[in-house]
Amino acid sequence: MANIEIDAPGTSQLFIGNEAIARGALEAGIGFAAAYPGTPSSEILGSLAQVAKKIGIYAEWSINEMVAMEAAAGASFAGIRALAAMKQNGINVVSDFLANLVMSGTGKGGLVLVSCDDPSAISSSNEQDTRPIAKWLDIPLVEPGDFQEAKDMTKWLFDLAEELGTLCILRSVTRIAHARGNVKLGELPTKQHKAHFDQIHDLKNVMPTTFMPLPSSLRHFFLHMKLDKAREKFESSPFNRYVGPDKADLLIITSGSCWLYSQDAIEALKLRDRVGILKLGTLWPLPERFVTEHLNKSDKVLFVEEIDPFLERSVMELAGNFPSNAVRPTFYGKRSGHINAYGELNPDMVIKAVSTILGLTYQARDIDYGKKAEALVKSSVPERSMTFCAGCPHRATFWSIKNALKLDGRDGFVTGDIGCYSLALGPAGFFQVRTMHCMGGGAGVANGLGKLGQFGFDQPVIAVVGDSTFYHATIPALINGIYNQSKFILVILDNSATAMTGFQPHPGTGMTAMGEPTKVVSMEALCRSLGAHVEVCDPFDFKGTTNTLLKMMADDGGAKVAIMRRQCELVRAKKEKSPYKVHVDIEKCIGEDCGCDRLCTRIFLCPGLIWDKKTGKSRIDEVICSGCGVCVDICPQGAIIREAV
Amino acid sequence: MTKKQLTKDPLNLIITGVGGQGNVMISLIIGNTFVRDGFFVTVGETYGASQRGGPVMSHMRISQETQYSPFIPDGCADIILGMEPVETLRMLGKYGNPNVITIINPRPIYSIDVTGGHAQYPDLDKLIETIKELSSQTWLINATEEAQKMGSHMFANAILIGALIGSGVLPLDKKSVEPVLREIFPKEIETNLVAFNKGIKLVKT
Repeated sequence: MANIEIDAPGTSQLFIGNEAIARGALEAGIGFAAAYPGTPSSEILGSLAQVAKKIGIYAEWSINEMVAMEAAAGASFAGIRALAAMKQNGINVVSDFLANLVMSGTGKGGLVLVSCDDPSAISSSNEQDTRPIAKWLDIPLVEPGDFQEAKDMTKWLFDLAEELGTLCILRSVTRIAHARGNVKLGELPTKQHKAHFDQIHDLKNVMPTTFMPLPSSLRHFFLHMKLDKAREKFESSPFNRYVGPDKADLLIITSGSCWLYSQDAIEALKLRDRVGILKLGTLWPLPERFVTEHLNKSDKVLFVEEIDPFLERSVMELAGNFPSNAVRPTFYGKRSGHINAYGELNPDMVIKAVSTILGLTYQARDIDYGKKAEALVKSSVPERSMTFCAGCPHRATFWSIKNALKLDGRDGFVTGDIGCYSLALGPAGFFQVRTMHCMGGGAGVANGLGKLGQFGFDQPVIAVVGDSTFYHATIPALINGIYNQSKFILVILDNSATAMTGFQPHPGTGMTAMGEPTKVVSMEALCRSLGAHVEVCDPFDFKGTTNTLLKMMADDGGAKVAIMRRQCELVRAKKEKSPYKVHVDIEKCIGEDCGCDRLCTRIFLCPGLIWDKKTGKSRIDEVICSGCGVCVDICPQGAIIREAV
Repeated sequence: MTKKQLTKDPLNLIITGVGGQGNVMISLIIGNTFVRDGFFVTVGETYGASQRGGPVMSHMRISQETQYSPFIPDGCADIILGMEPVETLRMLGKYGNPNVITIINPRPIYSIDVTGGHAQYPDLDKLIETIKELSSQTWLINATEEAQKMGSHMFANAILIGALIGSGVLPLDKKSVEPVLREIFPKEIETNLVAFNKGIKLVKT
């Protein structure tokens, strides 16, 4: 991650959107930041935590998004500017608190929630859109259109949130959050933070202060006043602007990364003189006068936005209130099918939509070249499916789970959730995971399945969760399983890091976000204190792990816990050298003639093991192999050799 | 000193390979060097789950005028730095055009689809010929092989950065890249600098 506290105002830095947001928060003078890791949001807190100690702010990885938001609100109540960051799913976790926070209002410290959406669900289980949630919960929402705005808007949003006394949301998407671009730095404040929880009710203010006892309906009324005030500010916001001719053949209304795609498309089609772009930065509440003024730029309007038709519906709602004799433009977008109603967009999709509406043809490259290149790719480029890294303990765990379920013979299966281990839905984890929903969802689903004995259900159920997910969302489900005597095994894949999002520490690691040593919340001690039967296994011990799982499946008692403990290979490799040098003894490997049917390369699928077509035998790819040596125990011929280094 | 000019604006560079090879590292070094030299740079990366052994690409858009989007439109790549050969061809299929320049490390990395027997990895010589056929100019840099001679395949990235700079396709010189390399490469910086210089030499021979 880039150094976001560099004190060089006026210089340009190459920042990912998340670093720009973090820098904006620093320039705004935040004192408190909390988050739970989630792609594409993780680097916001990550980059703040990296500099927190040095500049005298506090940053934490919270146990989940709910606690992160609540903790940040606590800081706001004591007058400290605070930020909570999360990915789109996190908003669901925190929504109960949000629905009440909007009623109470915030404290004297401005409070901002950053939510990073993941159109196309590139690193997610869904592609939920934060914007309708802001509308639903009456929360002002803004969205930066590039990297500079990501910084500038964050800084400005703290002022706004403080002035309004309500939580404000900054929404970002993967292609801003995780893309890099130029950011010109501003000044860092030197003000010292002073926290105090003010208990006196200020009755002189029109707006009630946070903790005055008032009926919720009245609070709702005051909240709407705050939204009206926000709308008024948004009417003249520099983050909303029009670029294009006075009278355009087509008006694009857009925001966020789609603003960049729209500009690319207009540039590629050379339509600067014919197409205008209304770029919105303040999306909710909609600056209605500003939008209405620009709607007359053209009689054709195209909405370019990802995921939900949020701008499209908001503007159509606005146009629905126009006088009956008003001229309305023709609207194009998701409703008309010109823009995909799902998935992320890109410049080519905007080029296509604009060309279709204006009846233009566009050709990016020589037609013959294109045909030839596409045909060559089709005929000769193999698929490249995602898989667990070489040396990943999850592959070994799923190997034992697969074998244990087979040996048990009762058609047992695995419920799962989100993490690197979601790959076990596919060949990387031998198709073992059968359900995948939200964080901890597999454990909850297992609770229900484990109570179906009276209906003749006797399939063993294994719920897998990651170590970070265990702390985040699984503990209530485990307590439920113990209390209600549900029959399932909770397998905690403890690789000692929040691996998928960038190896962030969690309560089991003994380290805080700011790099301070802290108490370890022991998962086995916690589970045992709840009354669970707990076993700890090394996933690289295939035999031991398989036997433990088999015994647990045979036991009729309630919820049980098996902890698979081995450090993430990527974390290990950063700290130490490989334990083994591994090679295939081509004398011992009998290739296709072996009864194993290429167990190592065809089934186990570690990318470090490859098939040598020339020799017709297995081989180690020394560039990929991590030297973990676990594959030695896969080969029935003993042809894979590991030598300690 | 007058600022060096881009041959085209925006200049569209793709860095491609397999998750874990170090795409992001290369794009960080090239991108930061351009920003320090006063250019606008936008980089779109493949992130998250796709890093786990999947195909990865970084799209870099370099401009003297404005901030472009993090996606290169189809058929509009100017330069492709391929850390792996089939991934280079995959990129040519979507982003190539008759003017595209390719710099490739010909060392294959087999996917689990290939090792599992569900897909075929093409014949390497034929694959390289195909890439050459679809490029206006191609440099073959045996980066992995050369890096292994230096003690670790990890030095391949610095070799490829050297090749990219040495080829002269970017308006960057060695002197402006070196300080960024020193800052960003987390370890073994001296060996990486040797690798970087080796890359420059390799591309010129």
